[in-house]
Amino acid sequence: MTVNDKRPVNLDLGSIDMPLPALVSITHRVTGLLLVAGVAVLLWLLDASLASEESFSAIQALTSSFFCKLIIWLVLAALIYHTVAGIKHLINDMGVGETLEAGVASAKAVLVVSLVLIVLMGALIW
Amino acid sequence: MVTAVTSLGRSGLSDWVIQRVTALVLLAYLVFIVLAVFACDLSYTEWKGLFEQTWVRVFSVAALLSTAMHAWIGLWCISTDYLISRVLRIKFNDAVAARANYYRWAFQAASAIVLFTYVVWGFQILWS
Ligand code: HEM
Repeated sequence: MTVNDKRPVNLDLGSIDMPLPALVSITHRVTGLLLVAGVAVLLWLLDASLASEESFSAIQALTSSFFCKLIIWLVLAALIYHTVAGIKHLINDMGVGETLEAGVASAKAVLVVSLVLIVLMGALIW
Repeated sequence: MVTAVTSLGRSGLSDWVIQRVTALVLLAYLVFIVLAVFACDLSYTEWKGLFEQTWVRVFSVAALLSTAMHAWIGLWCISTDYLISRVLRIKFNDAVAARANYYRWAFQAASAIVLFTYVVWGFQILWS
């Protein structure tokens, strides 16, 4: 690695300009990572919803604490964002919207659509 | 150095395809769940009955396995992006960088254990 070490490298993300599409993309990665933990919450919800009549209505009424609702909302928010950004990713994979303007516009669309859905979900939970 | 081990399939390309196919399965399952939960307003008996139907169980198992494969490929990509000596040397120091392979393997082993646990747990939920 002695020779290669002389190559200029810049992995200091803070020093790199972060345009909107890059921000939307890294957030997709972060939410994917969060979701791996979130799956535990989702499985727990499924488990409780099927286990018994009582645990089902507890989930349905979300009678649990504020903290519990917050966790559920955060997991669903990550899921919503990851899914909306994921759909954009799949569309881009088909070769659609690869120009700079389309990239910026679709990144904005991902933010707006997922934000609206996340707020709606919050309203539904509370 | 990252040794040339691909994460799930035989090549990066097949991983890429698996990542897309599993994403589509998960998307379809999400639509199904959203419709069932929000559009149908099911009672407990109806909800329980839904998950006793064979096609729902098959669909759920498909989603469960897709989650594990999708997350495994995703986590593998993340670990081979960041847990490598080149990155660790810049973020930390040479001593940490020298252990990059061990950190990456530990991360991947932990990922595998967590995802395997999810699969087993999911099967238990669906068949209890
Ligand atoms: C339980 C659900 C899910 C989990 C735990 C999960 C997790 C992850 C993780 C950890 C990554 C890696 C991120 C990266 O490499 O930057 C990823 C990537 C991806 N996810 Fe998901 N995901 C889930 C659901 C979905 C859904 C429903 C979609 C649907 C559209 C989706 C679409 C994608 C795509 C297209 C990628 C590839 C990104 C790339 O190649 O850079 N995911 N996911």
